[in-house]
Amino acid sequence: MHIHRYEKLWLGLSLLLIVGFIATITYGAVGAGVTMVDNGETLNPNDLGDHPKFGDPGVEQVGPNEYDVYVVAQQFVFRPGTTIAGQPPITVPANSTVNFYITSADVIHGFSVVGTNANTMAIPGEVAEVTVEVGGPQEYGIVCHEYCGQGHHNMEGLMQVVPEDEYNGSEQ
Amino acid sequence: MSTKTNKSTFMDRFPESAAITRQAFLVAFVALGLGALFGIIQALHRTNVLRVFPSGDYYTLLTAHGVLLAIVFTIFFLVGLFQWAITRSLDRPPVNITFTKTWLGLMSLGSATAGIVILLGFIKEIGISADVLFTFYAPLQAHPLFYAGLTVFIVGTWLAGVDWFRSWLRWRKDNPDERIPLQAFMVLTTMIMWYIATIGVAIAVLFFLLPWSLGLIETVNPLLTRTLFWFFGHPVVYFWLLPAYLLWYTVMPKIAGGRLFSDPLARVVFILFVLLSTPVGIHHQYVDPGIAEGFKFIAMVNTMFLLLPSLLTAFTVVASIEHGARQRGGSGYLGWLKALPWRDPAFTGMALAGLMFAAGGFSGMVNAGMNINYLVHNTLWVPGHFHLTVGTAVTLTMMAGTYWLWPQITNKSIWSRPIALAQVVMWFGGMALMSNAMHVAGLYGVPRRTAEPQYQSFNFESIFGTVGELRIQIAIGGTLLFLSSVLFLSNLALSWGTPKQSGLGQTLPDPLSGPDDSPRVLDNMKLWAGLALLLVVLAYALPLGAIVADSGLLGPGGDAYPALVDGIRTVTAVFGDTVAGLAGVLP
Repeated sequence: MHIHRYEKLWLGLSLLLIVGFIATITYGAVGAGVTMVDNGETLNPNDLGDHPKFGDPGVEQVGPNEYDVYVVAQQFVFRPGTTIAGQPPITVPANSTVNFYITSADVIHGFSVVGTNANTMAIPGEVAEVTVEVGGPQEYGIVCHEYCGQGHHNMEGLMQVVPEDEYNGSEQ
Repeated sequence: MSTKTNKSTFMDRFPESAAITRQAFLVAFVALGLGALFGIIQALHRTNVLRVFPSGDYYTLLTAHGVLLAIVFTIFFLVGLFQWAITRSLDRPPVNITFTKTWLGLMSLGSATAGIVILLGFIKEIGISADVLFTFYAPLQAHPLFYAGLTVFIVGTWLAGVDWFRSWLRWRKDNPDERIPLQAFMVLTTMIMWYIATIGVAIAVLFFLLPWSLGLIETVNPLLTRTLFWFFGHPVVYFWLLPAYLLWYTVMPKIAGGRLFSDPLARVVFILFVLLSTPVGIHHQYVDPGIAEGFKFIAMVNTMFLLLPSLLTAFTVVASIEHGARQRGGSGYLGWLKALPWRDPAFTGMALAGLMFAAGGFSGMVNAGMNINYLVHNTLWVPGHFHLTVGTAVTLTMMAGTYWLWPQITNKSIWSRPIALAQVVMWFGGMALMSNAMHVAGLYGVPRRTAEPQYQSFNFESIFGTVGELRIQIAIGGTLLFLSSVLFLSNLALSWGTPKQSGLGQTLPDPLSGPDDSPRVLDNMKLWAGLALLLVVLAYALPLGAIVADSGLLGPGGDAYPALVDGIRTVTAVFGDTVAGLAGVLP
């Protein structure tokens, strides 16, 4: 097969680029520790009420600076999170590690804490786990980014990162 | 827009095949017109410039826009183009024209059914709807006729492939030692890719979604049907792209004034698409729970290698048009660019489309990057990306290709060449504005697929510029795109009224490096199909097995949800404050 010499050069450079992309992502996973949403717990979306955590979802302290947050997404609210539907905002103290556990009670939803790396799918029957390191006090919006029915655009929530001394875990 | 060449056209030589191409294009262009109309309504609604529908109906519009453009327009154009390409390159008419008419009829019936069911969503009283978007993720449920329509449409495309393989086998009998002509090679490899890709959606629809919508099975596994959708949902992207590649490789060099640089490399590129396009779908599911990180990594590696055929194409196509420019007297390192036929809308459209594909390719690499995908997943960045690829690289190439093909299939000239030129430039400009704004808004975290991305309890923070500026860009860009499609369709409608002429035929020159320079193994379709299936099994057997092992073939349980949601949930969301107490009684 006849391949022009410039074409061979181009082919070589293309392969180098591709291998380079794969290498940076591999470095991101192994070196920098960017972990992906993985294979988590499976459950029945109709039985969430009986679940030890999703039955009464919310924030729970699990370590000195570490918090687990259980969130149920359903048409068209996040529990907790959607303040306009009477839910409390998700509140965590500043400078802590926050592990989100998200599932759906009905259809497929999205869960994105805008401005953080918490961006995942909420699939009925599956639990998505995402960890965020939060910094100083700030308010973050939460959006559903997967179409979930005609009220989809109303599905939003709020996460408040409050100063450590203002955080009162018992209010959660 | 065509100059007399005193050669016979495709229509002169193969009138029946030309009629099939015209009919397929007619359906494609009707879909394009409707899709563009729904597109402008959405662009103006979402940017709050003009609102003619309530926000709840936005999703009916969005479903119709997606299905009409991404499925009906692109695929009908594809079958029309492929009918031309296979007939022309094998130089023989269809084996049995009744069979050819049958698959075109089935495809039309299927898309009309699905299209009507979607549009019935506007009339709430009927209770039939399919506001499930292009992706139709369960357990949102559409009317059974939607799934049935999709099935009939896909069966139609399968039979189209059968038709073209039959033509090729007949040709092979008469020409046992010849290399497969390049265009026929492209048609056949694309169809092999399509057969493999549609396995996923066929299983999802026939074994799960259709029986479930008919009430024959109680539940489905949402992650399983979603994974099967993306098994099909990524390779379908190449089903849109490969007709554009066919035009870039075989027609564009000619209108640039030259000939294809390398036939062997073109073949290699199409084989790479057969092999690599299917085992990548999980890259749409990087943030899906229930799929292990390792499977996501495999899909990512495959995806990155899919960059190779597109990079090779960039080289070959640019080399071919440079050759054309030099034939036309162009010289210098970049000076040859001036010698290209920029006044020819067919050339300019394809060249601008190629340019946009480069930009879309880069934003696609960001999507494909498993870790940086967190930044853009399901934000407006994603539609920004695919409006560059399918919405411009593919669509604009199809429009430009139509300007060249039209005289070949109708024996009529294009009504106005200057309007055609303005049209392709306007599409480029409109998309540059709209998709740029979408990409930037995506970086702010603005989600895709939503009627009102303005929220009550927070605002998006812009990194540079303002969110308001982006909205204006999207509205202006969307308006230009709509006007461009009106120009395209009206130019063609007026062309229909021009008198028939004879001697408008165009021939396609042989490549600089011909098929005999390539190894014969490239023509071994069975080998490539087998290898492609093997790669699919390697990429998919374990993740699909794990999904079924975790939550069962028919899922973890859970109810079906019609896309038209019942009163109480809507009320909770829309009037959240007043019914705040209700939230406590929700399950």
